[in-house]
Order: sequence, then structure tokens, then C-alpha cells
Amino acid sequence: MSNAKELKALAYDLREKVVDMVISGKGGHIGGDMSVMDVLVALYFGEMNISPENRDDPNRDRFVMSKGHSVEAYYAVLAQKGFFPMEEVIEKFSGFGSPYIGHPNNKLPGIEMNSGSLGHGLPVCVGMALAGKMDGRSYRVYTVMGDGELAEGSVWEGAMSAGHYKLDNLCAVVDRNRLQISGNTEDVMSQDSQKERWAAFGWNVLSVPGNDMQALMDAFEAAKACKGKPTVIIANTTKGCGSPVMENKAEWHHKVPTQEEAEQIKKDLKERRHSHE
Amino acid sequence: MNKIPNRQAICDVLMQHAKEDRDLVVLCSDSRGSASLAPFAKAFPEQFVEVGIAEQDLVSISAGLAKCGKKAYAASPACFLSTRSYEQAKIDCAYSNTNVKLIGISGGVSYGALGMSHHSAQDIAAMSAIPNMRVYLPSDRFQTKKLIEALLLDEKPAYIRVGRNAVEDIYSEENAPFCMDKATVLSEGEDVLIVACGEMVRPALDAVTLLKEKGIRAGLLDMYCVKPLDKEGLLKAASRAKCVITVEEHAPFGGLGSMVSQVVGEACPRRVVNMALPDAPVITGTSAEVFDYYGLNAQGIAKKAMELIRG
Repeated sequence: MSNAKELKALAYDLREKVVDMVISGKGGHIGGDMSVMDVLVALYFGEMNISPENRDDPNRDRFVMSKGHSVEAYYAVLAQKGFFPMEEVIEKFSGFGSPYIGHPNNKLPGIEMNSGSLGHGLPVCVGMALAGKMDGRSYRVYTVMGDGELAEGSVWEGAMSAGHYKLDNLCAVVDRNRLQISGNTEDVMSQDSQKERWAAFGWNVLSVPGNDMQALMDAFEAAKACKGKPTVIIANTTKGCGSPVMENKAEWHHKVPTQEEAEQIKKDLKERRHSHE
Repeated sequence: MNKIPNRQAICDVLMQHAKEDRDLVVLCSDSRGSASLAPFAKAFPEQFVEVGIAEQDLVSISAGLAKCGKKAYAASPACFLSTRSYEQAKIDCAYSNTNVKLIGISGGVSYGALGMSHHSAQDIAAMSAIPNMRVYLPSDRFQTKKLIEALLLDEKPAYIRVGRNAVEDIYSEENAPFCMDKATVLSEGEDVLIVACGEMVRPALDAVTLLKEKGIRAGLLDMYCVKPLDKEGLLKAASRAKCVITVEEHAPFGGLGSMVSQVVGEACPRRVVNMALPDAPVITGTSAEVFDYYGLNAQGIAKKAMELIRG
């Protein structure tokens, strides 16, 4: 396992790849990519036992990107992990006939399930976690949802069954960046009282600063240690994390930076990276 | 008179295989009784998952199980399974290509008097429109058994619709010809070809007998495989007949009739008449009463054939 400092730096590097991808593909959900990047890096480079070498191993950990629109961040992490070439994703993202579609699809190596419509990942992961219990396997199952996604009723069907079946091999993460396409989550559909909501469904709830690598890694450790119930990690993140150009601005939910903005964003990302070294 | 509904035949096959195949898993949404799967739940509690009244959860959990090597059989009333969890069928089963078999029980107007909320007259159209989703409507318990046995051998998603009530046998234990994705020829005749699926095959077969008494030679295809439709078998039979009638327990759009018309119209133009339920909430009654009212019975099918032949 790498240390938090290295992973933090990696997350900033991969954010730059996201900028390249969004510009190349002429579109992308850049704000959420930036907020969720630390979570994905913590999972793929710190926590989960998933790699190109063990992708068919029945004992590998399972991951479903429920907030599928953050696919650029997901592709950057998978490419860095070696599932496919980074340069190829950047070049072909969203292009005609490209395998790198604007939402995850499992024709690509490393991706378990197709997503894009919200509210699917958690109940699918309930099935994966149940299968692990049935087979007595020790793998763990992870999913990442957006906070706006929590308005989908199917999330709570999944939450209910995970609590009912005491799936302690399941860990969900909420990318709590407090913004969705129309504005503040609290104005669109209030999502406060996360702890109470999940706890009422029988979950162990952890709330952490979601762009703090060490805090995320500690939370995943704590989730593993919790027995008898599933864990949800409320990752309190900043939408557009990495550059003041994008940070906490709803209009960056889906936006292509201009060349000028891109340069500024990359400059900011480099500075942040160094400030953490 | 047969007393065993097709859903019970499904349970029998699954129970037989579950003994040796620990990966065979059945899921219900508070529907184990209506699906005749209570014996399975009792005999194989570790291979049975109850999700409560939550059809979206039912289908997504099935897909997750399937992705981890399970053969997931999810049974829920067809009216809910084909609509409430439509997107889960589309994305988690078909698009993600998971080995989930969706069993729509009490299909069509099985729940007769319970009203349109409980009817699934749109399921063939809805499910068939999803790429990589297959749609099967077996006609009797023997064919249902053969179909489930065949489905246990593949790893692709499918939707299977069965009715609530026992239907009269068409085949028998010894004589149930079945070839996966090929229609079963029940009668050959040049005057008219009848193509039916599901519970409409029995009245269609009786209509063939009525027509024979009147000197009309009717062909009959049991098109249990609505998707992938057996185009070859259909065109072979249709090209020998003067006209075609389709019969289905479904809305008039997007079902068996639409698909047969499309294939016949393109490759061997014949007049095709579609017999189906109306584009409206159906009249209140038992399914037998509903079928009689809309002419979806042996007399009604025979009458339609005679009208068509006599022009």
C-alpha cells in the first residue's frame, strides 16, 4: 500500500488527465470528477485488491461506479492502474465509435457493470455482497454514489436490503460535494441528516473530509473493521476540487474548459500538488 | 383437465437443478407464494433471496449476484417486473449482459378483475425493445419445463412470461418437441397460418380443429420464442399459407402481431391479421371471461380465420 502523501499527489496528476480527456472528448462531468478523484485513488491504490492481473479472480474486490457520469475520473484511475493506455483514453474519449463511452461500460477491462442512470450501483452491489456471503468469499464490495443521486428511490431499496442482510462486506461512499446540475443539493432536494438516514436503515455511518487522503484511507480501514452491518462513508468533498476556477461552482457540473481555463486549472493543480509535498 | 400451472413447472425444474447447482439462486419480491416458489424457498433457503416489495432492488440484486457467478432467477408479477424495474432490466441485465432470468408471473390478464395496474399487456413490447433481452412465452407446463431447462444452459438475460392459471396441456411428458428459439409446428395447412404464443396457443389449437371440421386447413405455430422470433420457421409456414393470423394476450402494439407482420411483410407478403387485447383497460372479469369477450378463444379465432379466407 502506498502512503497517503503519494496518493494525494497521484490524485492531482490524474485530475490533469481528466482535463485533457474532457477537452479531447468535448464534454464531460468535470466537477464531480474532481470531487471524487481522491476517493477513487484511495480505493484503487490503497484499499481494493483489483488489478489487471486479477481481474477474473473470483476473490477480487468488486467496485461499481454508481455515479457513472464521473467516468473521466474513473477512466483516469483505471488507465493509471494499467487496464488500458492513458493516452488512448484521452485521444478517443467520447469520439465516434470509441470504446471509451461517456459512462462506464463493462466491455472495457476493469469495469464490472454498466452505469449511467443513477440509483443502480448500490442494489447491484447488494447482490455482489450477497454472492460473497453465499460462497464464503472474503472479497469486499464498494460503490460510489453522488449526493444528488440519493434522491433516487432505488438507492433506498438497496440500503434497506443491505441493512436487512447485514452486509458487512459492503461499503458505499457518498461523494457529498453539495452541488448538482441545478444548484445546491439542499435547494434541489435536501440531503442533510445523512447520518440519521443511513443509520435508520441499519448502516454504520462514517463522515470524513472527502478530499483528505489519509482520512479516506482510515475510513476504509474502519469500514472493514465494522462487523454485522454495511458501512457508508459520507465523503464531504469539494466539487471541482483542485482549482478555484471550478471549485464549488454548479456550472462546472458538465463543462469543457477553454484553453485559458485549462491552463489555469492545470497550474492550480500543480501548485496544490506541491503544497502537499 | 390439467391443474398444474406453468409457474409450478418452473419451480419443479429449478428445485431439481438447485440440488446439484449451488449457483442457482431464486429471488422473489414478496412473491414466493404467487410464483409457486415457496417450496424452493423452504428447501433451499441458502439459495433463495427475499427482497421485499421492491422490484427495482429485485432486478439489480439479481444482476449483482449474476455478475459474481450466480444463475439468478427473479420472479415477480409480470405487471410490476416489466414496468417498475424496466430500467434495471435494461441496464443491469441487458446492457451489462448478466445471467439474470426475469420470470414474469401472473402475466397478461391473469389477475383479471384486479384492474389495469395488475395487467401486463405491454410486457412483450417493452422487453423486446431492449437490445440483448430475449422474450419467451411458453404455452403449457411441458414446454415451460423444456424452456427453463434450456435457459439454465446459457448465460444471457431473458424475460419469461407465464400466466397464473393452469392451462390445458398441449404437449405431454413423452411428446413435447422443443428446439430452443425455434417455433413448434402444431399443425400444417395451406389455407391459413395461425401464429400464437403463451396461453393463446391452446385456443388456437382448438380453432384448428374447428376449422378442420369446416374443411379449412390451418397451420399453427407455437411461437414461444417471441424474441428472437423464429423467422425461418415463420417464413417457411407463412409462404405456404394464403394468409396469417396472430393471437396474443397483449396490447395490439409491439407484440407478437407486430413482429410477425414485420417479418412476413418484408419477406413473403401475405395479409396478416393481429388478434390481441384492445388498446384500453380491459373489461373486468376472469381471464377466461376476458378472452371470450374479446374473441380470444377457439370460436373467435376460427371465425376470424373464416372471415379472412372468404375475404
